[in-house]
Amino acid sequence: MTIYGVAILAGCTLIGAILGKLLGVLMGINANVGGVGIAMLLLLAITSQSQGSFSLKPITASGITFFSAMYIPIVVAMAAKQDVYAAISGGWMALAAGGCAVLASFALIPLLTRLQMRA
Amino acid sequence: MNMEIVSEILVKNGLLTAFVFVGLLVFLSYRLSHLLTRGRLHGSAVAITLGLVLAYLGGKYTGGSDGIADVPILAGVGIMGGAMLRDFAIVSTAFGADLSALRRAGLVGGLSVIIGVVLSFIVGAVVAVAFGYGDAVSVSTIGAGAATYIVGPVTGSALGASSDVIALSVAAGLVKSVMVMVGTPLVARLIGLDNPASAMIYGGLMGTTSGVAAGLAATDEKLVPYGAMTATFYTGVGCLLAPSILYICVKALLG
Repeated sequence: MTIYGVAILAGCTLIGAILGKLLGVLMGINANVGGVGIAMLLLLAITSQSQGSFSLKPITASGITFFSAMYIPIVVAMAAKQDVYAAISGGWMALAAGGCAVLASFALIPLLTRLQMRA
Repeated sequence: MNMEIVSEILVKNGLLTAFVFVGLLVFLSYRLSHLLTRGRLHGSAVAITLGLVLAYLGGKYTGGSDGIADVPILAGVGIMGGAMLRDFAIVSTAFGADLSALRRAGLVGGLSVIIGVVLSFIVGAVVAVAFGYGDAVSVSTIGAGAATYIVGPVTGSALGASSDVIALSVAAGLVKSVMVMVGTPLVARLIGLDNPASAMIYGGLMGTTSGVAAGLAATDEKLVPYGAMTATFYTGVGCLLAPSILYICVKALLG
């Protein structure tokens, strides 16, 4: 049933959020460390066991694929609720600090990709 | 027609109103992408950019901090685009991702998170010094803000920075997030952002979850899980490094 897929997805997201928060507490910081990443790995681990006792029926999978198809609209809504006004009215220093950080990071991507290819 | 009844229903069913609103926005964006750029600038990139423009207008006219979601009728956009559904949707993209690609680029992906935090911090700190800030606390807070808009205030309150410096660090982080959203599809080809490995490095270097989520959505949806995977560790690493090691380095340098 579709709800099984939705439940698996929600369960993974919640477990990831809890583990990420616990990891943050262990490190002594008030932040979620990798909660989404942990949830993704968990989902991959569960759903990639296609043989044997646990196989995902297509109808179950549709509970997951529906939300990945909703990804872009959700991101569009996310963009529409950003505090863009504060970003732009933060003045030249905020624009320079944020902007230069982005440019420097973009510039480093090809370098690190090449490093990865060689490794 | 009684407009009050209409708006009452729209406000009461906020999430449904948001679905209609975002649906129309996405439809319009894909048409614009097709008509104006012949699809060269992807429809999702247009939609995200329009979303940001609306967010700017919302912030300007309502004075709130949630963009267009501060308009009462569109409050549902805040739920639809909030952290809960955003993370839920990001996790769902992992379904069908290539586990071996993740494993192969895992080490350099992890490395890119640390490099990304340190790089953004240094760049932000240098800009702060260039704009006349001389004390280690302010410089570190602004540097941390250049990492993400969460690392900035976390660092600032840990070090006891003044509230206007903390506000600046949030603004720097917001600028970064917006620039990553808009800039990624434009530079994607130039920086070779077209495979899982480079997407993981990209996520690690950029770090802003919303920026990376939108940037990859506007570039190639298939790359989302790889970039999101590394980006999710960035804020945590930033909150760990910025108020400790990085602050100590700044203090040593500024005397």
